[in-house]
Amino acid sequence: MSAAESPKIDDAQAGGDRAAMARALYRFRQSALSIVGAAIVLMLLALVVVAPWIAPHPEHAAGGFAMGARFAPPSAQAWFGTNELGQDVLSLVLIGGRVSLLSGVAVVLAATLVGTLVGATAGYAGGLIDDALMRFTDLWLTLPGLILAMALAAALGPGVANMIFAIAVAWWPGYARLVRGETLARREDAYVQAARALGAGPLRIVGRHILPNIVSPIIVKMSLDVGFAILTVASLGFVGIGVKPPTPEWGSLLSNARGYLPDFWWTAIFPGLAIFLAVFGFNLLGDGLRDVLDPRARR
Amino acid sequence: MSALLQLERVSKTYRGGGPFSRGAEVTALDEVSFAVPRGACFGVVGESGSGKTTLTRLMLALEAPTAGRVLFDGEDVAALAGAALKRFRRRAQIVFQDPYASLDPRMRVRDIVAEGMAIHRDALKLGARAQTERVVELLSIVGLGAQHLHRYPHEFSGGQRQRICIARALAVEPELVILDEPTSALDVSVQAQVLALFETLKQKLNLTYVFISHDLGVVRYVCDRVAVIHRGRIVEEAETPALFDAPRSEHARELIAAMPDPDPDRSPFRL
Repeated sequence: MSAAESPKIDDAQAGGDRAAMARALYRFRQSALSIVGAAIVLMLLALVVVAPWIAPHPEHAAGGFAMGARFAPPSAQAWFGTNELGQDVLSLVLIGGRVSLLSGVAVVLAATLVGTLVGATAGYAGGLIDDALMRFTDLWLTLPGLILAMALAAALGPGVANMIFAIAVAWWPGYARLVRGETLARREDAYVQAARALGAGPLRIVGRHILPNIVSPIIVKMSLDVGFAILTVASLGFVGIGVKPPTPEWGSLLSNARGYLPDFWWTAIFPGLAIFLAVFGFNLLGDGLRDVLDPRARR
Repeated sequence: MSALLQLERVSKTYRGGGPFSRGAEVTALDEVSFAVPRGACFGVVGESGSGKTTLTRLMLALEAPTAGRVLFDGEDVAALAGAALKRFRRRAQIVFQDPYASLDPRMRVRDIVAEGMAIHRDALKLGARAQTERVVELLSIVGLGAQHLHRYPHEFSGGQRQRICIARALAVEPELVILDEPTSALDVSVQAQVLALFETLKQKLNLTYVFISHDLGVVRYVCDRVAVIHRGRIVEEAETPALFDAPRSEHARELIAAMPDPDPDRSPFRL
């Protein structure tokens, strides 16, 4: 396979980039599931972005209600039916998705940032700094993540930013461990030694040589984690800490609908389906990206 | 004539085990001493595991010796810090054994070769444009060209990659270049070309080499003085012809006997 993996390119300066991109795309297309995942994720993101314009009753997401149309089952007028306040469930799910998806992505980004800083510092510095940072990380990992996030979110009070912060605080240790391990593995590579011998400082070595060579596993973990982060956001919404009503969010929509099961099933099924679809899509995408980016997992 | 690089009874021991257990001590280098005069090509020969890699790391101040001193131009390199260390990094460079592993796969040739110039901008006084011009100049010195500037390492053959490594080392205008098995990952025909390049560069740029190898044939071709290292100790040191004609130590005799073809006239490294 080595010949097929590194074809010789004789002209065009960016030829290497383009060939590498083409190979990656080819591998990505080989796996049908990753395409499905990417399609689901892109579709959800697109829907959520245009939600205020395509939702039939965007005012319902801001607390508006229509008591005359309570608990209407799904129909041509209201595809997902209406809830106990006569609010259009489709509108709530569409607009609620903005908070859910945005929070999921923001949690993962924040956790990646902190985890990478801690992990890269520990992995490159080694010795006492490594020991101290990793024991601190281990300590953090002994606390159950969801409970920690709940406690923090409850203590900080409602609000999207507080919720994101609370979950990210419970989320970063995984990234710290991943990045530390990868950094340790790269630190002894000959090109890192060569950079040291050239007089490169730690910032340049980590920033220019180590991090660019370990982005692949980080990106894979991020895409796999977004699904779980969305689920965690929904869990916090479900138990009533997190987003302040009336802002709709998938977890709180589901929780709210609990009391109306099984008669008014549509109030619960559609937010639930939305959560399922988002988690499923991000997981498939993550698996696909791993096939593309991580040579060790390649068949 | 003063030595550019001098090792004084340098030892290095590693200790295994963790914080709670004391592992066995491993002596990688045991009181190694030698001196490399300016302009020389000094060979260090030994089998795998004889301490060559450790020796390289100590000579470059990537690690500190457990005992003894590594003197570069009279200064103990393990004691260097700050600006003095940075200056040493510019004056002493290395070409590694494996050209496949020693180039950052995510960087383009231009940035790989220019990195040292960027780090030592103060000393070399080159702006971004001047750096690129200098990279082209260096590439042409090692037999590559401007058309390679924007390519990635994986697009090159082993010999070409080793030339990129050489250009990177030369970019900071070093006085000492440590060649750590620079040809052992290359095909024999390519080896000869790269060895010839080392010879040319040495003359042109007044370089001093420490040539580390397990291959006596190569060492005989390029070095004027050779030390044989065995289990972390120098067992013999002599001028190259003397070592090959009349080896005194048992180990040197064994190494010479193990050479594929001891006749230099039939050696594949002869050009």
